[in-house]
Amino acid sequence: MKILARALLGLAALAMLAAAWLWQTNFNDGVDIDGPAAAAAARLSPPEQRARGEYLAQAGNCLACHTARGGAPGAGGLAIATGFGTAFSSNLTPDPAHGIGQWSAAAFWRALHHGRSQDGRLLVPAFPYTHTTLLTRADSDALWAYFGSLPPSSTPTPAHELRWPYGTQAALAVWRALYFRAGSYTPEPAHDERWNQGAYLVRGVAHCSACHATRDALGGADWRDLRGGRMAAQGWYAPSLHDPRQAGLADWSVAEVARLLQTGVAERGRASGPMAEVVFHGTQHLSDSDAAAMAVYLRALPQAAPAPPPAAAPRSRLAAAGAKLYEQHCAQCHGEQGQGQGQAYPPLAGNRAVTLESVDNLLQVVLYGGFNAATAGYPRPFGMPPFLLTLSDQELAATLSHIRTAWGNRASEVSAAQVHALRSRTATAALR
Amino acid sequence: MWCSIKSLCTVVCSLACGLVLITRSDAAPAFEDSIAQRTLACTACHGDQGRAGPDGYYPRLAGKPAGYLYNQLLNFRDGRRHYGLMTHMVDVLSDAYLFEIASHFASLQVPYPPPAPPTQRAAPEVLQRGRTLALLGDAARRLPACADCHGRALMGVQTHFPALLGLPADYLTAQLGGWKTGQRRAASPDCMARIAERLSDADAYAVVSWLASQPVPAQTHAADAPLAPRPPAADLRCGSAALPANASR
Repeated sequence: MKILARALLGLAALAMLAAAWLWQTNFNDGVDIDGPAAAAAARLSPPEQRARGEYLAQAGNCLACHTARGGAPGAGGLAIATGFGTAFSSNLTPDPAHGIGQWSAAAFWRALHHGRSQDGRLLVPAFPYTHTTLLTRADSDALWAYFGSLPPSSTPTPAHELRWPYGTQAALAVWRALYFRAGSYTPEPAHDERWNQGAYLVRGVAHCSACHATRDALGGADWRDLRGGRMAAQGWYAPSLHDPRQAGLADWSVAEVARLLQTGVAERGRASGPMAEVVFHGTQHLSDSDAAAMAVYLRALPQAAPAPPPAAAPRSRLAAAGAKLYEQHCAQCHGEQGQGQGQAYPPLAGNRAVTLESVDNLLQVVLYGGFNAATAGYPRPFGMPPFLLTLSDQELAATLSHIRTAWGNRASEVSAAQVHALRSRTATAALR
Repeated sequence: MWCSIKSLCTVVCSLACGLVLITRSDAAPAFEDSIAQRTLACTACHGDQGRAGPDGYYPRLAGKPAGYLYNQLLNFRDGRRHYGLMTHMVDVLSDAYLFEIASHFASLQVPYPPPAPPTQRAAPEVLQRGRTLALLGDAARRLPACADCHGRALMGVQTHFPALLGLPADYLTAQLGGWKTGQRRAASPDCMARIAERLSDADAYAVVSWLASQPVPAQTHAADAPLAPRPPAADLRCGSAALPANASR
């Protein structure tokens, strides 16, 4: 009896210690959001500061999430599908009731740096404070000045619709204890200034690993990791930047990587799907210096050893049937031999986006079609028609099996079940 | 005997196949660096040169006024019209490029297909009511005539009013219905939404039935300038977006 009581007492003490540590980790950040200096900084925002803030907001693609389709810029309300339910972006305009008009610059800094709201609540990490924590205070103040200059909008932010318990403060406290440390970017002396500039942008402002990191079952990751992430809710795969068979950039030139970021189209690859959105709203606005710095950093990422190419498998009947469909539907633009057409249509032979192990991206492109981003550097992209309504699961499986195994491509074939799985996950939204 | 028939068949078949292949490779247009080439993604559904899809669902684009088409592209991109496939197509395109695409289809003056036979013919009094609404409106219900804005010939008016003839009844019904339920919107102030909310279901059916039953006139160009609006139209302001600054027309 006594032993049980002691054990219970001990457990209670441990639980209290854990709770105290969780509280300490999550809430004791020591930021005085009412500090006079911060308030003064908010009042004194020179145009240069606003311009820097606007630039950072573009580079970080803030408004892509913080603007609903057709809504006032920065007024939030966009539904963001996650593996844990739907999160809604908040209103960043200076509206006093629904926006951040009553916030101080220090409260804004605390949100970016510590992931806490004006009222002290822990924020949902759909907002990538896991990355913005690296921003300097000066950059935070610049963003604050820029958002303060947007026309105020009285759009209320809908409550998140996350499954229990993911949205609770307790769950967020535990998640943060596991996956979040407030930090700042400390330049690494082993690398030069450009690499460090790139690291600050890739890891912080542009928060690339929000998609490109491999997340675990709780949605956490090592945020320096760019080893490829499945975007389950969107039905896309953000390829690994550490793998030469996926999107590794080690053998690209700095200029080529920068061109992809700034124009969406480069000699050996182009941005499609979510990355086209990133280019369109975000990275096309990067300065030459910042784009090159990101390129330097991304090129230097450690690369997986190139695997020996798989042996060419005998062509199946499925792939052979796909060859006819290819000629009928694809060859006019992509060429009889999958060679592509200049800058207009990408080659399919030797194209890493075609031979990725995950077929999600390939299926997305073929089912829904679309255009590359229209950017200043590539203003008139060519379009790909959607095949959602014209080709059956079986026909798509055959066509894709053909292009994944023809012209020297050596990837696995695609089954009708795989096509059906992605189609049924995504088509309802597409036809609404 | 059997053998020779079989070999004859084989020869004929091979010849036929060869012919088919030759015809197809001849027919496949060569790549050209043009806006028509760029918009093959559009014509895959909307028909060759934007003449309309075969099923009555994908409307004609060819010859519609550039301002109208441009605004529809913006409406899809910015969430005022809803069709996921279409929204996805225009999601990462700039205003300037959307206007170029709109202007391209606006410039295509291609023949209309012969009208599809109506699946059900409305009663004569319904058609008469539809004709009255289209050409004269209904002052008692503060309904302007379609012709007030869409042109006396109902073939559209530059630069923002589309033709109402040559469209399938299903498409017209879907659009008016969309406006009545708020599913289809235009930039604010949304004049068509005001009109649709004043239109009873019976009147909507009447006007659609009459419009869809009318032949397309020989002259299919959109008129150059709107008529002076009749009095009921004066309180109906349309808020469609202006053309981009670099627009040439």
